[in-house]
Amino acid sequence: MANVYNKLAYDSIDDFVYGSCTYPVKTKGGLVIGGGEIYPELNFTLPAMTVNEETVQSAYDIYSEMIDGVLKRAKDLHSPGVVIEFETLPPFTEHPEWGITINKIILDAMKEYKEKYGLKSALRATPNDLREMNRPPIMRSGEIWENMLKTFEGCARDGADFISIESTGGKELNDDALMNADIKKVIFSLGVLGCRDMKFLWKHLVDIADKYGVHAAGDSACGFGNTAMVLAEKGYIPKVFAAVVRVATVPRALVAFEMGAVGPSKDCAYEGQYLKAIAGIPISMEGKSASCAHLSPLGNIAASVADLWSNESVQQVKLLGEMAPIVSMEQLIYDCRLMNEATKKGLSLQFRDLLVDSDSSLDPQAYVLRPDVVFEISKELVKTQDPFLRTKLAAQLAVKHLKKAIENKEVFVEERELTWLDIMEEQLDEIPDNEIEFYNQIKDELDMTKFLPSEYGLE
Amino acid sequence: MDLKELSSFVQRGNAKKTKELVQLGLDEKMSPAVILNEGLIEAMGEVGVKFKNNEIYVPEMLIAARAMSAGMQILEPILAETGVKPIGKAIIGTVKGDLHDIGKNLVKMMMKGAGIEVIDLGVDVPDQKFVEKAAEFDVDIVCLSALLTTTMPAIGDVIKAFDDAGVKDKYVFMIGGAPVTSNFAKQVNADIYTPDAATAGEVAKELLVNKKQI
Repeated sequence: MANVYNKLAYDSIDDFVYGSCTYPVKTKGGLVIGGGEIYPELNFTLPAMTVNEETVQSAYDIYSEMIDGVLKRAKDLHSPGVVIEFETLPPFTEHPEWGITINKIILDAMKEYKEKYGLKSALRATPNDLREMNRPPIMRSGEIWENMLKTFEGCARDGADFISIESTGGKELNDDALMNADIKKVIFSLGVLGCRDMKFLWKHLVDIADKYGVHAAGDSACGFGNTAMVLAEKGYIPKVFAAVVRVATVPRALVAFEMGAVGPSKDCAYEGQYLKAIAGIPISMEGKSASCAHLSPLGNIAASVADLWSNESVQQVKLLGEMAPIVSMEQLIYDCRLMNEATKKGLSLQFRDLLVDSDSSLDPQAYVLRPDVVFEISKELVKTQDPFLRTKLAAQLAVKHLKKAIENKEVFVEERELTWLDIMEEQLDEIPDNEIEFYNQIKDELDMTKFLPSEYGLE
Repeated sequence: MDLKELSSFVQRGNAKKTKELVQLGLDEKMSPAVILNEGLIEAMGEVGVKFKNNEIYVPEMLIAARAMSAGMQILEPILAETGVKPIGKAIIGTVKGDLHDIGKNLVKMMMKGAGIEVIDLGVDVPDQKFVEKAAEFDVDIVCLSALLTTTMPAIGDVIKAFDDAGVKDKYVFMIGGAPVTSNFAKQVNADIYTPDAATAGEVAKELLVNKKQI
């Protein structure tokens, strides 16, 4: 472990604000993430099209148009800086040379805008986790794994500032656990499989980052916490369940930082609020300006302690105003401009609290992101260094805080949801404190056709 | 055996009681088709309505579906012996390159609950496999799902593969997934687009019932 977290990174909750963090990250292009200002982070993707050998040149051309369009808008709106995220689509990781080519196209455009107009920018390269292409997933070897590493290496070698991933270890069991609202299996997926995979994966990613002098930025439990959030949004599972899953994703994401990642954490990692409180790293977040990609009940509160403000992703399609990525860039810049202006006037704390209070009473998923709740839960989580125990504890604490908040009428929760908190509480109490004991206890209930224990170092 | 009581046990997800009542019905010489349609399928229909009315969540639907499956374990051999067939058959899968199967699995559950036999081809399914399996199982409906903008076009490729094989008109093509729209369905010559799993189950059932009546 490169880092051990046994206390919070902040002495005072009043220092826990957007745009600044305990351990800012400086890029080679001069941006300081978490150094006082919040910057936009823009992600874009292709419109509906097939990517293959015949069409890949068109894909390159579209990325070239997209990056040129968004950088021009950033320059025209005098953005003090901008981060671009290139998140590869599966074909771009299956064929690393395609992903690396697009990475280069983006970097070249960023360099041009720096030289011509002085626009400061940084690139986050996020090769997608292809390992679940095999069913059951092969996590630690094989052609897919090698291609992922090649993509990371190529993007880092050519000059990406940050490398990130939305890793999927444990997702093969977590999907069903979410659909069944089975918190025990969620804890197994996240706390045992997810944390074990993160240790393995982030050792490699930190090594690559060190080799090429780039920043190992962080992971996201997108496939876990955000899947739960989207399912809750559709009315498929209770919102309180999604809220508890969100907090339970924290220890898994923290493993990346224990292994040496430095941030900024991934935009779709809403667990970022906790990561910042515990590890003091800068975080990227997304909310109202990411509704182009997915809806959420966290539109404002997600910005409250963000250091980068993201749109998650948007397709290159034409809107009335302009192409969608350009529209997104404008929205993010104005959001950040307002927040930075508040900071300049000494109002960042008040602005943070407006962002928090406007959301937190309306949805349990927003409530668990309140800075005071984040601090209280995080203080307990750092008392143990065992990621599995932390995961169980995170879920238990989330249930406890939500129950108290409901009792105190601090958060609105539908009547039909209440029983789920009791169900989760009982199920969590049945989980032993030792992960192997838990594995042996739950083994018979797991669908062993869906995962390979040996890929996680289990018997 | 009281069919209402059977329906109630299915809806509450009581697999043990469901099995017992199905067996009791058979012991009392009740028609297996009646047990199926007025007990099990009726129950899942009610569950679907409750879900659409925001009275229950998917986990509660899944528990009910498992209770229905438990009842079907007893009933299926008798249905086969007596020549009672499901209201129709469907194959389902996510298209080539797409691994996202939560939506697909929900549609499968809703269709099974509606009394449709569903053959699940899994994820990342090659175009030709859909063509082969549709013929092998003699299905009525082909269900295709995609979550990514870059895999969505593969839905059109699958339908084209059926067209190229000269068998497109034998099947009804239902499609879905986050980026999919009714407009896209028209573009790729799909027959039906449904926005969610509950609607997919309902529409498929209606389609097959109407087909039987023709």
